[in-house]
Amino acid sequence: MLQLDAEALYAELRQGVRPLLQAHGSDAVLVGIWSGGAWLAERLQRDLGRAGGHGTISSTLHRDDFAQRGLAAGGDATKLPFAIEGAHIVLVDDVLYTGRTIRAVVNELFDFGRPASVTLAVLVDRGGRELPIAAAYAAARVVLPASHRLRLARDGEGRFTFDVRDAAALR
Amino acid sequence: MPARRNPQLNAHGELIHLLSIEGLPRDVLTQILDTAGTFLSVGEREVKKVPLLRGKSVFNLFFENSTRTRTTFEIAAKRLSADVINLDIARSSTSKGESLLDTIANLSAMQADMFVVRHAESGAPYLIAQHVAPHVHVVNAGDGRHAHPTQGLLDMYTIRHYKRDFSQLTVAIVGDIVHSRVARSAIHGLSVLGVPEIRAVGPKTLVPGDLAAMGVRVCHDLAEGIRDADVVIALRLQNERMSGALLPSAGEFFMSYGLTAERLALARPDAIVMHPGPINRGVEIDSRVADGAHSVILPQVTFGIAVRMAVMSTIAGNAA
Repeated sequence: MLQLDAEALYAELRQGVRPLLQAHGSDAVLVGIWSGGAWLAERLQRDLGRAGGHGTISSTLHRDDFAQRGLAAGGDATKLPFAIEGAHIVLVDDVLYTGRTIRAVVNELFDFGRPASVTLAVLVDRGGRELPIAAAYAAARVVLPASHRLRLARDGEGRFTFDVRDAAALR
Repeated sequence: MPARRNPQLNAHGELIHLLSIEGLPRDVLTQILDTAGTFLSVGEREVKKVPLLRGKSVFNLFFENSTRTRTTFEIAAKRLSADVINLDIARSSTSKGESLLDTIANLSAMQADMFVVRHAESGAPYLIAQHVAPHVHVVNAGDGRHAHPTQGLLDMYTIRHYKRDFSQLTVAIVGDIVHSRVARSAIHGLSVLGVPEIRAVGPKTLVPGDLAAMGVRVCHDLAEGIRDADVVIALRLQNERMSGALLPSAGEFFMSYGLTAERLALARPDAIVMHPGPINRGVEIDSRVADGAHSVILPQVTFGIAVRMAVMSTIAGNAA
């Protein structure tokens, strides 16, 4: 099974996100995708010494699998403590896979206004894209079988680990 | 023979119709209240619309008039991006003799995905739910004296919003309880959510005798009924449902059971006052109370939209 050191990857993400934010000076804001991406954004905001709070965004209300799966949890997670209109948004997520979550959160974002730009930084890009979406920065690129679930976890002290599971093996 | 399943739930225990709060487990109620919290914030966005019901048709079937309830259902469905069709049934085919199920069959042939039903007969929404295709969902918007589950849910949402926790509360429901489907729905919901003391307050003619069996404390004296209450729910005196001499007059009702500021002072200092609307000023509630600092009657209306969005999106996302 694949081993990913989430803390080491986080340190790389921190370096990768810095220039994305600096490119737009004070107009740049960090928005984490609920739930793993929101943990990352929270810690990046602190570790990069940024003033104010980070944003959190949920894909729930714009998911394209609502008809199959119904309403998912996490709908009330969207909290954007700044104006979206005219802002340069750096979206942060733990894992980039099909791109469908990114499509949904971009729609969610536009419900709050018209951002000047949106870029994406992720901890792990695992390929398998089903939409024309790409990350401006990925701390790691891996190839995983479709049956594998990759999810960020956070312990009581705020340390990150990656949880890799073979869903086929669980059945 | 297997136990008969609650017709509102599918085999996985998920909500597919909302017909009554009675018989719904606590986690289903809590999930709707949590989801409503999400939709409340949608109302504050630049774009007050989400695409969950895009391409779905919601038919508002109001066999009985109710401007407020119909409007809030319509707004809720539109904020979920559904197409909404309002049928003025009282003036259409039923008056030409068409049966309820024929009306439903015809509307189903127009590709309805959801029916929101208000009917004077208790049980009408159940009958419809039994006869629709598996992909069609039914919401009870009030049936006779039986139930008004979205009003009950919005009452619970309102109480949770202001009081946070149900487990220490005293809730007094005051007025015309016998005609009130709102009271029934609220009593079922509050019991399931763990409210320790629910009181039904009103004259003997307007408080049904079977309430004590539901764990409700019946009070015929208003002072006793609202003393130390955290929540006071005043009900509308339903003149249109009164038959026979249940009450001498509206004025006399106000003398004994009208909610005035002096009487409200018996409740807890941080008590909230609720009312399902429309209010009859000077009959069941005094203007000083309806417009006063304890009143949360208008926030209830706002919460009602979010709760109806939560109900519609929850049932639409669950297959039969």
